[in-house]
Amino acid sequence: MSEKEFLAKALESKGLEPGDLVEVVSSDGRMLQGILMPHHEFSGGDIVTIKLGSGYNVGMRLRDPDAIRLIMKAETGKPLKAKIMTSSKAGGRSALPKISIVSTGGTIASYVDYRTGAVKPAITADELARSVPELADICTPKSEVLYSILSENMRPKNWSELAERIADHLNSGSMGCIVPHGTDTMGYTGAALAFSLSNLTGPVVLVGSQRSSDRPSSDSTLNLLSAARVCLDADLGEAVVLMHSGPDDEVCTIHRGTRVRKCHSSRRDAFETINGAPLGSVEGGRILLSADHEKRSNGKVLSDPRFDDNVAMLNFYPGLTAAKLRKYSDGASGLVIAGTGLGHVHQELIAEIARLTADDIPVCVTTQCIGGSVNLNVYSTGRDMLKAGAIQLGDMLSETAFVKLSWVLGHTDDIGKCREMMLLDMRREMGLRRPL
Amino acid sequence: MADDYYISLGLMVGIEIHQQLSTGKLFCSCPCELSEKVTKRFERALRPSVSEMGEIDRAALEEAQKKLRFTYEATEFDCLVEADEEPPHSASSKAIRTTLLLSKMVCATPVDEIEFMRKIVIDGSNTSGFQRTALVSMMGKLDMPWKCIGIDTICLEEDAARRIAEDGQSVVFRIDRLGIPLIEIATAPDMRTPEEAREVAERIGTLLRATRMVRRGIGSIREDLNISISGGARVEIKGVQELDLIPEYVDNEVARQNALIAVRDELAARGITDVPGQKVDLTGRMKNSGSKIIQKAVGSGGAVLAVGLPGFAGLMRPDSEGVKRLGREMAFHARVAGVGGLFHSDELPDYGITDEEVDMIRSVLGTGENDGFILVADSMDKATAALERAVARARQAVRGVPEETRDPLPDGTSAYSRPLPGRARMYPETDVPPITVTAQMMREVEGMIPELPENIVARLRKEHSLSKEQSEALVKSGFDKLFDEMLSMGLSSKIVARTLINTMPELEKEGLDVGVLGKDVLADVLRRVDRGDFSKEGVPKLLARMIEERESPEEALAELNLTGASDIQVEAAIDRIIEEKRDFILERGDRAMAPLMGLAMKELRGKADGKLINEVMSRKINEILREK
Repeated sequence: MSEKEFLAKALESKGLEPGDLVEVVSSDGRMLQGILMPHHEFSGGDIVTIKLGSGYNVGMRLRDPDAIRLIMKAETGKPLKAKIMTSSKAGGRSALPKISIVSTGGTIASYVDYRTGAVKPAITADELARSVPELADICTPKSEVLYSILSENMRPKNWSELAERIADHLNSGSMGCIVPHGTDTMGYTGAALAFSLSNLTGPVVLVGSQRSSDRPSSDSTLNLLSAARVCLDADLGEAVVLMHSGPDDEVCTIHRGTRVRKCHSSRRDAFETINGAPLGSVEGGRILLSADHEKRSNGKVLSDPRFDDNVAMLNFYPGLTAAKLRKYSDGASGLVIAGTGLGHVHQELIAEIARLTADDIPVCVTTQCIGGSVNLNVYSTGRDMLKAGAIQLGDMLSETAFVKLSWVLGHTDDIGKCREMMLLDMRREMGLRRPL
Repeated sequence: MADDYYISLGLMVGIEIHQQLSTGKLFCSCPCELSEKVTKRFERALRPSVSEMGEIDRAALEEAQKKLRFTYEATEFDCLVEADEEPPHSASSKAIRTTLLLSKMVCATPVDEIEFMRKIVIDGSNTSGFQRTALVSMMGKLDMPWKCIGIDTICLEEDAARRIAEDGQSVVFRIDRLGIPLIEIATAPDMRTPEEAREVAERIGTLLRATRMVRRGIGSIREDLNISISGGARVEIKGVQELDLIPEYVDNEVARQNALIAVRDELAARGITDVPGQKVDLTGRMKNSGSKIIQKAVGSGGAVLAVGLPGFAGLMRPDSEGVKRLGREMAFHARVAGVGGLFHSDELPDYGITDEEVDMIRSVLGTGENDGFILVADSMDKATAALERAVARARQAVRGVPEETRDPLPDGTSAYSRPLPGRARMYPETDVPPITVTAQMMREVEGMIPELPENIVARLRKEHSLSKEQSEALVKSGFDKLFDEMLSMGLSSKIVARTLINTMPELEKEGLDVGVLGKDVLADVLRRVDRGDFSKEGVPKLLARMIEERESPEEALAELNLTGASDIQVEAAIDRIIEEKRDFILERGDRAMAPLMGLAMKELRGKADGKLINEVMSRKINEILREK
């Protein structure tokens, strides 16, 4: 029996559960009383964690099942729930414009269960909205929890459902839609919503946080409030990502959903618009938008979120062989290769590109460089890739290329049609100019 | 005062010692160094999060938020972790080991697994809004020669950011201090006299330094004193930095609590059970008052408010021993509301307030000879809030001594700062994995146990024929190891002892971080003195410059122009002085020596050895006197 099993058994045999007041006798005879806490994933197998009267948690080794005993069962019923008193119930408030909040999960919608210490995704979207009571001062939030998932667990089918829900919300009178989302794949979802939704009557604002909202220093408050301002005040009909502009809690940047990438693993200002200027910014409630943006339409919002969920994407790397590429792309309906520099791959792979293309499997090429455009005309490798049928996607982000190819293949099987659509700038995902 | 006196009062003192470690920061790889060079600034807001507030009142939140904007200054020594832009790394194993080592030294039993917690702090001193802290060991003891003092807990926590400036709306913090590991040692309330408290604090400090893993200099060790007497209350004086002032803080707190107990008894004897606290507005009646404070308040559209304190006459002024009583207590509470202070009837008429005005106030308030009143002049909002706080304090006086946290003042007294915090809200720090204390770790720690201070003293006396005082000073300051090392580098014990016992502590007192001088650099400097490159008198000046300007010995020597005056230069300088003062010498004879030495030293200090100057001077004076 492993230590962990022994421990679980010892606790179970005594009917002990997290939350119970217990007494533990250590190997050297010390007796400690405290609340039994849940086992931490990284705790030693034979460790019980108890919360002492001082509030500190300490780990105690339990070698003998009789060294722990129950003093008092935890009070049953739900753990204490936070109550928020807002003035939003006051009658006049309902006259404020309506904003939808369709939550998908992630850090912004996670909280720590303080009884157990576990970080849990998603309270209700309503609670999320109300955790920033200032929201109720400027709008009537209409909230829905669609998912409670971390963004690395999103799939193309989630993009589809999300797009449908957003369209419903906007078509029933919301000024805009805020989508709380995990930051890891927020850029992908931004692109997915951009391609899926058209005729937007208001902004669709993906918003996340790099510091969870249970922390006093969370960036979620400013991000959410700024997102609400964009929904209310911006004449904008696009899917965007809104996050901090810098380390300060002052300015947020509005990024176009098809042009944004998470460029840092932890900073508040992790998101950047690549190959161009951001769409705009929000500071102190004031919005600045660049001239180049889609305005609100009169409706109705159209949602066309069919995605092929069988597209593959990979970074070329030195040593990638044709055999490996073949294995990887086996069964895929389309492939995005992020090549080196201007978009290159090893010349050995060119025949593989030709074979895939001949099989009606589109092979799109982007660059794995942070910025810049692909250009396969410059070197012979590139020219050979083009001859083999590669579709070069200019300065489109690899992630956006992947999402777009998934969306395009959700609409056509025809490789010619696919090529045409991939090269058509549909949602400002490609730029012809990259200013100095 | 005799120990019996404190024992009869039931004095109990417990100490919490916070010592910064020099192991590198607790949750990142930054050094434990402070800097005056700010490289970046950023602004943040903190807000109480819903989950731990239980209930957030809309208005309270708004109020809170106004004050919760902070400017942070970062220095070259800080990284994304201090800026709360990156999750904490695993806890420094060096800091953990040092804490376990200290635990071992005071026989405290470590927990089997160390779990870091978040203690919510939203005053801006932590960028994250919480302080990370872990309980490492419990139930230790400190053997003092006369008794055993209990050590309740030893914790390892991160230090907070430094408060640099405040301007009403925003507070500026520097994050260089944030994240420096702090060992917190909490004793049981086992001390019974003020002196005992000092000795225990000193002993713990000595043990900490014996680990050789602690930071030095101002602010690197801070004490919180928990003080109570029978019939009084537990009061915490937080952040004492001067060891020698501990007895005074304790003594003054005993006197304060004693006086407040007497006030309570007197109020009870007078039959006072409560303070009604009805405010009256005297702005109109006092608009022509001669008091400057009142003129200023009324002139800028403010108000003059007063409250009667029935039965409080004579209890606000200092008692017959001079111990300040309710006047000062209420004034400090009023100041929390932002006013400069208040007037109380025991001190009036005075400060420009006349007898007639006092009579008028009494008649408006309807109070008599046995009653007191307080008066505040400021903006209406501030004056109202200040009076309410002062009245709340007066009400506490009826019940006795309130539990509270107090700030130490430089004169050995303390001032009200806030109510005792409730039990801290602590939540698991989920970003930091727990640390299992293994048998292997404890074996390693056992091997690290340092030579005990008293043993080092004995050894230093024996091996280097230092005096007891010198040896103790070396050990107390923690420079004993450096002393050993520098001697083994072939330097003379005299110059090393002088530098480490006198010069270094003096530099520290001036606020200089002597830690920046490495052993090798210091040895280099002293070797130059040994070689006669410059004189030992120049050492303090040179080291100070090297620390302040981060200069090498060569650079600093050149800048200060210290490099040795040659014997010829010394002779020349002294000849000049002698020539100028010839008459004086002839007049005073031998007694001219001391004043002339003063002049010579002024010119030659640091450039030549005092002994040489003395010799030359004495020779030259004698020559003149002989010529006579």
